[in-house]
Formats: sequence, structure tokens, C-alpha cells
Amino acid sequence: MAVCVAVIAKENYPLYIRSVPSQSELKFHYTVHTSLDVVEEKISTAGKAMAEQRELYLGLLYPTEDYKVYGYVTNSKVKFVIVVDSSNTSLRDNEIRSMFRKLHNSFTDVMCNPFYNPGDPIQSRAFDSMVSAMMVQSS
Amino acid sequence: MESLTLSDVEQKYYSDLFIYCDVDNTKKVASNGKVLDLFRAAQLSNDVVLQITELCGATRLGHFGRSQFYIALKLIAIAQSGLPLRVESLNSVKDLPLPRFVMGKNEQEARHAAMYPDTENQGPYSSVIPRPPGRVQPKKVSTHEVIQPCVPTVDPQPDTTSPVVSPHQSPPTSPHTWRKHKRQASGGAVEQQPAVARAVWPPFREAQSGPVTGDGLWSAHSPPPVQESWVSFTDTPPSSTLPAMHPSSAQESTTVRTVASAATTNEIQRQASGYDDPWKITEEQRQYYINQFKTIQSDLTGFIPGSAAKEFFTKSKLPILELSHIWELSDFDKDGALTLDEFCAAFHLVVARKNGYDLPEKLPESLMPKLIDLDDSAGVPEPAPEVGFSGSPVEVTPNKSPSMPSLNQNWPELNQSNEDTAIVHPVPIRMTPSKIHMQEMELKRTGSDHAHPTSPLMPKPPELSEEKKLAATIKFPGTTVGDGYSSSDSFASDQEPISSAVTRQRSHSGTSPEGLKAVAPPPPPPRPHASHSRSSSLDMNRNFTTVPAGAQQQAGVVAFPPAVPPRPLATQTSVPHGHRSVDGDGLPAHASTSPQQMPEQPNFADFSQFQAFAVEQPADDGEKQQESVQVEKCADATGTMRAVKSEAQPEERTTATVNSAKGSTPLAPPPKPVRRRLKSEDELRPDMEDHPQKSGVVASVLATQPSIPRSVGKDKKAIQASIRRNKETNTVLARLNSELQQQLKDLLEERISLEVQLEQLRPFSHL
Repeated sequence: MAVCVAVIAKENYPLYIRSVPSQSELKFHYTVHTSLDVVEEKISTAGKAMAEQRELYLGLLYPTEDYKVYGYVTNSKVKFVIVVDSSNTSLRDNEIRSMFRKLHNSFTDVMCNPFYNPGDPIQSRAFDSMVSAMMVQSS
Repeated sequence: MESLTLSDVEQKYYSDLFIYCDVDNTKKVASNGKVLDLFRAAQLSNDVVLQITELCGATRLGHFGRSQFYIALKLIAIAQSGLPLRVESLNSVKDLPLPRFVMGKNEQEARHAAMYPDTENQGPYSSVIPRPPGRVQPKKVSTHEVIQPCVPTVDPQPDTTSPVVSPHQSPPTSPHTWRKHKRQASGGAVEQQPAVARAVWPPFREAQSGPVTGDGLWSAHSPPPVQESWVSFTDTPPSSTLPAMHPSSAQESTTVRTVASAATTNEIQRQASGYDDPWKITEEQRQYYINQFKTIQSDLTGFIPGSAAKEFFTKSKLPILELSHIWELSDFDKDGALTLDEFCAAFHLVVARKNGYDLPEKLPESLMPKLIDLDDSAGVPEPAPEVGFSGSPVEVTPNKSPSMPSLNQNWPELNQSNEDTAIVHPVPIRMTPSKIHMQEMELKRTGSDHAHPTSPLMPKPPELSEEKKLAATIKFPGTTVGDGYSSSDSFASDQEPISSAVTRQRSHSGTSPEGLKAVAPPPPPPRPHASHSRSSSLDMNRNFTTVPAGAQQQAGVVAFPPAVPPRPLATQTSVPHGHRSVDGDGLPAHASTSPQQMPEQPNFADFSQFQAFAVEQPADDGEKQQESVQVEKCADATGTMRAVKSEAQPEERTTATVNSAKGSTPLAPPPKPVRRRLKSEDELRPDMEDHPQKSGVVASVLATQPSIPRSVGKDKKAIQASIRRNKETNTVLARLNSELQQQLKDLLEERISLEVQLEQLRPFSHL
């Protein structure tokens, strides 16, 4: 259901970004970039007292007329951003959460790979296939 | 380029060759390396090959396109047939035999050459046939191994291990066999090649014995092209696997033979088996891997940490990306460490990749670590290769890690549970309670109605409607006005509704078969019902519920006392008493007069009956009192209507009491109670009836009066007496007249007020 999936590193540079329609990739890139501000805001306010478990799922970051942007942050400040098309039947919150969960798991697998240097772009085929599965579901 | 016409056989053959050479699957360009090797396999001298290349135009283009390739093949055929190489001869030469290639050897040699870019490998091909020098020996061995399958030995043993042996022989050779199988399975025209190759086999068979000795040489050669860390690796496998060559090659032959001769389906299957086989780790290989594992981790049941594995596999000089992919495939449980099985799988994948195999997307089944609990078939080679490949992804997922499946299972469950919880929307059902309430009320009402069978239907519908309206206050906003009116009335003052209920009781009782007139008819049934019904329905029901039908009156009585009507209280207190006295007095008088009245005024018959009824009922006075009080209450509850009625009634009673108090003549009381009843009747009935009643009353009054004697004698006294009587009668009549007029006024006012109220309520009733 996702139109665009992005993984942003702690330093706010993209580790992985992929969109469905290749023609408007720039638009999605821009959207993801702007959503980072919202993510930062959310994690800064929520994570004041780090003793308390901060919610990883950030929820709807902001909606636009065409799509909605959801965010998710790991404990290592790696951010996942999913852009969903609004024209689709509004996805349930649980579905979005499950998508983020899958993303997180695949990302963990990538991280566990000793041949992967943190900070490198993610080139894992398994990760790609998982993201494709998530995006193929959409239009 | 020169146009090229190919026969069908040629076309097919060339296309198959092109596919074979199309390593990169470009469908357009045949890799130079393969093409060159292929050409060399044509047993042509290098010069000829170069010439052909030049002629076909590949030199110009720099690559072998399909057309160039076809041309080259044709030229090879020409050259092999001994004809001079001429471009013109491409199309002119007829019945040209197909170019012959010693494919097996060529393939392996080509593979070998590709893997190890040694110029040495590009030695003259002719050396292949005789016992090759040491270097070539491994090739020969491999070729021999491959060619063996072409030997027409019929051993239909789908031994999957046969091709495996080739890898065992030396990892580099494994792809050769694989390629060969693939190639042979891909084209039907390949059959020709085995025939061609057959001729070459015998010599190779002879050379077969050579391989044993060649191993050492081969192994000696393996180090140079391989990294240091791999030296040890490559050393052991060849030496260990060669002995197994014979059976393996024989089996391979059977496998391939079956491929060549079998139908396409079988070919595909064999082809698939050929795919699957390379992934199988033989014991020798496995032993080697284990040894390697020990170098890193002495404990075979332990893990190799990711970092150590990374260092080890980095030595293979494979790209990091491919190593990363290999790791993804091999690390089954995604724990960042390699068990022995995982390590072996990873190692095997590295070897395969080194030899040119493309890394699979999913871990092949034969490489899957044997997980006892999850998958029994893991690691067991399956004859169905597709299943092996297709099954691997399926198995990989569950076998990925013991924790993963559980995690995966948890999420859908959570989703479902969340979805379920999200779906639930409590829908408040207001209908039922009110409906039930209504039903109850109806039942009670019916019960009450049964208790008062004579109750007219009028009160019933109003009651029902009232209850419904009350229920509608919750449900139906349409009828809220009336409901609100009634409900507010009922809820605001329970007393009044109760009183009205009691009055209704009265009315019910009053409207017994005797007629519409109540004993002490305070509120006329129709109007008070109109007002009381709405407000008192609930209370009526309450009364009915709380008290059985028989005790309704008592309940009414019980409910009655708390209600204290404000206005007519003073009068009420006096009125009832007076009324009682009047009634008491009037009863016999009325009874006496009633017979007189009865014939004259049929209306009074009712009164007499009422009187009798009232007398019969011991609680009449109390009822009357209650009724009067109820009237007051009703007046208060319903507002003007009741107030008017109560006013009318107390006024009536006051008049009655006045009349009774005056008590002048027995005539007065009788007519007064009669009048009261008349008045009550009037209230009950339309006003039109009043006049005739009053006239009747007057007539009765007049009739009661003894006729004035007109006797002259004894006239004076009689006359005086009569005059006196007349005067009294006159006064009485005058008084009566005034009273009646007053009553008329009151009734008119009441009528007006009722009409006003009716109109006020009409819009609400319409809703």
C-alpha cells in the first residue's frame, strides 16, 4: 500500500528510498525530507525522559491532499517513513504498524549482516523484496 | 553483412549455440569469451578462428551479435568441411554439415578460461585430445568427466550425485558440468553434439586414467589463480574428490543421456536436477568446510561470529555486495553468527559464486541447515529440482529463525485482535426498554381496563397514545410536544397525574353501565381524559402496577392525599362536607324527587341512578371528595383546563352548597344536586345539553312546586299562602335563574378556554 518507503539514518541522510511511480520520485523525496522535521519534533518532545519507553511508531506525521505520511523511529534514531496514497481506502493504523514492523525486522536483518557497514546504502536483496512486496500491494 | 540463409536445422542449431554463448542473457550479444571458446572447440586453428571472426564482422563490431554469430558458425562449418573461407560461400554452399564442436571440452575449457584468465588455457585445443600437459589435465579431467555422460552407457540412474562429483573434483569445475547440463538440456538440437562428441570420447576415456595423476598437477595449478587462503581450499577438494569421478561421471552420463534422449519434460526435469545438484554439498566438500570451520572455531557446535566470518569470506575477493547476499542466504536464524551448517552453506555459495554460479535468490534446499524441529527435509536433496528451489523460499521463511515465525504469527494475531476490537461498536438500543415499557403499560392498562370494563375506549387510546408519547420522548421526537407536555406534567407533579388517574378511575368507575355521569362527577371523562390521559398514563400504570386492579381506588386514594390542590382547597374543604351533607340530604330528597323527576326528565333518571349508585357506593363521599380534590389537582396539573373545570366544579358545588346551605325548600336541594349532576353532565357532555337540562331543571323545579291553587274560597289564606308560596317560588326561581345564568357564563368561559387550549394543543397533536 505504500507509495514510497524511505529509511533515513540517524544523521538524517537516506539509507534507502524507493518509490512506486518512478516519475514522481522527486516529489516523494521532497516529501520524505520535509517529514523529517515532523519526526524530529515528535521524538524530541516525546523522548525527553528517555527512561520511559518511547513509542517507536509515530503515526501519521502529516496528511496532504494526495497522500499521508507515517513515521517510525528505532531506538538508534533510524527513521522509517512510509508515504501512502490517500486515494486508496484508508489503511488501518494496524496495517501501517505491521508495515513498519516488517521494515524494522528487515532492517535488523540487514544490520546483522557483518558485511554491511552501518551508514552504507542498503543494498540487500531481501530488504528490496520485502519493500517491493509492501509497495506492490498498492496500486 | 552478407545476408545469411539458414536451413531450419541450421537455424535451430545456431540459435541453441547462441543461447549457449549468451552468457549474460542479453539475447543479443554472445560473449566473446564463449564464442571464441566455441570456435576453438570447432577444432579449428586459431588463425582460422580469427579469420572467421573477421569475416563475420565481429571484429568490426567488437562483439558477436546474433547475425555475426550465425555467420561465424556457418563459416566454421565451411571451414570444417574443408572449404575455403569465403564470404560468398556462406549462402552458396549447400548441404553444408553443421559445424561440429567438441562442446564438452570446450565448455569446460571455456569456463576454466573465464574463471582463470590465464593465457595458458588458451593453448591449442588439439592438446586436449592427446594427453594434455599438466595444466591442461584438469581441463581434460573435467572434460572427460563431462563427456562421459555422452557415452552411450545406459544407466538410467537419476543419480543426483553424479554432477555433484564434478564440483567435488574441483570447485572450479563444477560450473562446467552445470553449464553443460544446462546447455544440453536447453536445446533439442544438442543431440547432434553428443553424437559429435562421441567420437571424441574414447580418446578421452583413455585419458580418464590420467586425471588421477593430473590432480596433483591441477592442484598445483590451482593455487596460482587463487588467493592464498583458497589454496588450501582448492588443494584438498580435488585430491579428495577425484577418486569418485568414475561413478559420478558414469552417473552423469546417464543423467545427460537421459536428457538428450528424453522428451522435453524430462529434459526440463533433468535440467532442473542439474540446477539443484550443484548446490549439494558432498561429503568431501563438507569435510573441507568443516576443517575450515575448525580453523576459526574449534568447537563444531559453536558459532562463528559475524566479524570472523566476514574476514574469512572477504578473502575470497568477492564483492562485498555478493558476500552480503551470501550472508543473508546462509545465516538462517539471522543471529549474526554462523553455525556449522550455515558456515558450510555460506562456503559453498562462495565457491559456487567463485565458479561463476549466480547466487540464488533463495537458499537452495540442499544448503539449508538441518533444523530438527522445523524442517525434516532440510538438506535432503529432492529429485524434483523445482521443488527444491521453490521449496527453499517456503522453507527458508519458517526456518529463518526460531523466533521469527513466532513473531510473524504474533503480528497477524495482533492485527486480527485489534481489528476485532476496532470493529465493535456498541449500538445502544433504546427501543426495547421503551417498547417493553410500553408493552407493560399496555398490559397494565388492559388489566386496568379489564377491571373497568366499561371504560370507554376514549380513555384507552389517549392512554396508549400518551404512553407511546412518553416512550416517544425517548424515541420519537415528533410527538415530543404532547409527550413533553404530558411527561412534564406527569414527571413534574406525580400528584396530579395520580389524581387524574384516580379521576380516571373515577371516570372509569363512573362510566360504568349507569352512564356517563359519575357519582360525584368532578371531571367529565372526555375532557379530563384529554388532559389527564397524557400526563397520567404513566401514573395510571404506576398505580396499576403498584396496586392490583381491585385496589385501584385505594391506590388512588393513597396517592391522592399528598396532592393538595391550591385554589379550591378552601372551597373544597367546605364543599365536600357540604356536599356530603347535601348529598346526604339530597339523596333521600333526590330519591324522593327522583321519581317525580324521572317521568318528566329522563335525564334525571340518570341522576337518580347515579344517586342510587352513589348511595350504594360506600366510598362515595370519599370518592366525591377525592374527586373534587382530584379536580383541583387536575386543575393544577393541566392548567387552565382543569382549573376551569375545578372552578366550575367548586363553583357548582359552592352553588350547590349555597343552595344546600340555604336549603330553603326541599326543592332546592334536589334540583341542586340534580343541577350539579347536570352540570357535571354538562361538563361531560357538550354544552348544548345544558340548556335543555336547565330548562328541564326549571321545569322540574316548577313541576315540583305544587300547582298554584286558584280556589277563591278560603281564598285569602289560600291566596296569601299561594302568594307567599309564589313569592318564594319566584325568589327561588330568580335565584335559580341567576345561578343558572352564572353557570352559563362559567360554562361559556370554560368552553372558550377549552377551545383555546384545544387549539393550543392542536399543533402538538398533529406532530
